[in-house]
Amino acid sequence: MVWIPSLMQKLTGGAEQVAVTGATVRQIINELEAAYPGFRARLVNEEEDRLRPDVAVAVDGEISNEGMRRKVGESSEVNFLPAMSGG
Amino acid sequence: MLSSHGEIRSFGDEKYKVVGTRPIRHDGTDKVTGRAVYGGDTRLPGMLYGQVLRSPHAHARIRSIDSSKAEALDGVKSVVTAADLPPTASDEMVDLGEGPARVKFMRDNILATDKVLYRGHAVAGVAATSPHIADEALSLIEVDYEVLPPVVTVLEAMKEGAPLIHEDLTTMELGEDTDKNSNIASHMQHTLGDVEQAMAGAHLTAEFEVHTSSVHQGYIEPQNATAFWNQDGMLTIWTSTQGAFTAQRQLGAILGVPVARIKVVPQEIGGGFGGKIPVYLEPVASLLSRQTGHPVKLIMSRADVFEATGPTPGSYIRVTMGVDSSGKLVAAEAYIAFEAGGYPGSPVFAAAMCVFACYDIPNCLVDFYDVVVNKPRSFAYRAPGSTHVAFAVEKVMDELAAKLGVDALELRIQNAATEGMRRSDGIVYPRIGCKECLEVARDHDHFKTPLEGPNRGRGVAVGYWFNIGFKSSVTASVNNDGSVNLVEGSTDIGGTRTSIAMQFAETLGLAAEDINPSVGDTSAIGYTDVTGGSRVTYATGWAAYEAAQDVKAQMLKRVAMVWEVEDDEVEFDDGVFRHKTDASKSLNFKELAAKLDDTGGPVVGNGSVDPAAGVGGSFCVNIVDLEVDPETGKVDILRFTAIQDAGKAIHPSYVEGQMQGGSVQGIGWGLNEEYFFTDEGRMANSSFLDYRIPTTLDLPMIDTVIVEVPNPGHPFGVRGVGEASIAPPPAAIACAIKNAVGAQLCVLPMRPDRILAALDEAGDRVSVAAG
Repeated sequence: MVWIPSLMQKLTGGAEQVAVTGATVRQIINELEAAYPGFRARLVNEEEDRLRPDVAVAVDGEISNEGMRRKVGESSEVNFLPAMSGG
Repeated sequence: MLSSHGEIRSFGDEKYKVVGTRPIRHDGTDKVTGRAVYGGDTRLPGMLYGQVLRSPHAHARIRSIDSSKAEALDGVKSVVTAADLPPTASDEMVDLGEGPARVKFMRDNILATDKVLYRGHAVAGVAATSPHIADEALSLIEVDYEVLPPVVTVLEAMKEGAPLIHEDLTTMELGEDTDKNSNIASHMQHTLGDVEQAMAGAHLTAEFEVHTSSVHQGYIEPQNATAFWNQDGMLTIWTSTQGAFTAQRQLGAILGVPVARIKVVPQEIGGGFGGKIPVYLEPVASLLSRQTGHPVKLIMSRADVFEATGPTPGSYIRVTMGVDSSGKLVAAEAYIAFEAGGYPGSPVFAAAMCVFACYDIPNCLVDFYDVVVNKPRSFAYRAPGSTHVAFAVEKVMDELAAKLGVDALELRIQNAATEGMRRSDGIVYPRIGCKECLEVARDHDHFKTPLEGPNRGRGVAVGYWFNIGFKSSVTASVNNDGSVNLVEGSTDIGGTRTSIAMQFAETLGLAAEDINPSVGDTSAIGYTDVTGGSRVTYATGWAAYEAAQDVKAQMLKRVAMVWEVEDDEVEFDDGVFRHKTDASKSLNFKELAAKLDDTGGPVVGNGSVDPAAGVGGSFCVNIVDLEVDPETGKVDILRFTAIQDAGKAIHPSYVEGQMQGGSVQGIGWGLNEEYFFTDEGRMANSSFLDYRIPTTLDLPMIDTVIVEVPNPGHPFGVRGVGEASIAPPPAAIACAIKNAVGAQLCVLPMRPDRILAALDEAGDRVSVAAG
């Protein structure tokens, strides 16, 4: 289950949570992109193949330091949220 | 149990031999005898002295800089400006371990390129044979400025038509560029549930609107740096920093030099509190050293520290909360706008994480804004952002309690955050100690003792800091006398050499005094993130635990070799190596260490961690009694108790020290401290005479209660303790003032004139009995 940040919910037609499958955060993002085009551009720095610096991901309540490589379980909960930033 | 120090209330049942004791700190003798070496003590052969020219304007365009007269002055060896820094792409980012940073902004903050964005912004650096010559040279540098109108408050900066500080800055909304030119660098939002519907259905609501001023960390030792750029291209920096590796990365990005060519030597540090994570002088000293071929040393004056380093931001916050008829919180809404200073990157993100973190609220909306203004670039200050939002939220809680006619502390307990609760940012809590801290407060002698006398009041507030994990490294070398040299990468600010050594000692059944801890430079130890986020005793302590496990594994092989048995026939138990079946065979750690030379040589253990999961947040509750002089508005703190969840207190004295230090800073923030800016954006109080931090004469003893709700995410149950204690004091003081004299304070600091104005507004400048 992915919790959609409120500022991105216009991409999901207002849905706050969506169910997608994937074994990693990368796969989750790809699934989101397939279902809701535009998602990936909001989350990923394509040049560096990593999450944008202003975006963090939490899996099962813990903010991950593994970015898109973070493994995701079948019943995991994924949150995308603003990252702490050094400016 | 009640110790001879502070009180400890434990909710865990673990038993330790070293952890939880109070050994004398390893660096104590050097510190109290004055032998500890700080950055200002650095002396190198042929060393030159540098000074920095700073902008007298809060906002101006630099038309030209002419340094020819300064360069001609006898004794001046070099003058550098932003033109001496390598160019950088506008969107290049560098990961500093505590979050990414835009290199262009970092670089422009070191030496202004085309505009100065705050008074004190560095414009040029000079190296000379004496500090006085360097000083004189500054006066000979001619800078032609086109002065621009400044914007110095967050609400002014957010207005349509406000002067733009960065003409090309547009507002970002979580990865989406709004293409709207503005001083609002970013707008973010957290939502949970349906706040509109829940608020509409609430039995009662309360709203509070607050303004807070910029506040400095107030460390006693000013920023300093000595650089030597050797002819072989190797750059060495001796500096006062909270993170040698982070300083190395910043320098690499700003100077365009590979980190392999930079060594940062962290000196002892005279306070940081978040303010010594960014570099300021280091790149300037480096450029001057490269140009002259000499070591160059720079030290900031106190005025420079105030005007040119990053304080915590000023802010505007509006909070509305609603309860049902039983007092259960049903909805909460916050609007948070922070002054980032000249460049984006305020801790508003952290504020948004903390704002409703103490309470179980099913419906939340948090809008938060990072806004540039013509002030120094803000940086971290102890629980960045949490004190600001606690001031607003806790005042609302008191108002709700008053409207409901219930005790304010009981209302907090009723709604306290607990394990399994989802926070407004979506994070679900593991085991936490919020409710335990509040209940300990309710049962504390302070809370149960009646407060008597006119114009006296009691306030209670709670605050939160989430703490961080991040990367840490420790290396342990076993000596043949059984002592251990422990090298760690974390700058020791609050006694962490000892708290880390204690965790190592506990793991191997040694005494804390058997460990010789030291802080390594960037060439001596593995990568370690900053001393910040209350992470060192947690994460570097965990690395020490891992290093001890590594040592133990190697020592088990050695003892098997000594007894000429198989590895699986030996074990380590309670500090002793034993044969599993032959009770006659046992060696303690020291006895085995004496045999290392004959069994393969040195044993060196390593531990490196990067814990993301398991970082336990910490809550702190304050009870404060005070008296207000209704004639002058002066506030005297009569009694102050801080109650904080430490998980497990490794060294209780240091935990108490952190709690007391954070409390004192919070009291100063609440009553006295602020950057006072003129309309032109000039700080009018850039000295400790006029920027008043509390002294011992202003304070009672800060009583402490350590609450131990073990963190399941750490080998010893540790939670970071360095920050949460600064969050609740201003709120607790504001609540106490309201209860003392009825004055509603909504601006920090709560200066005497503001208290008198609030009394006037209440129409009642007369004594109000406590009760």
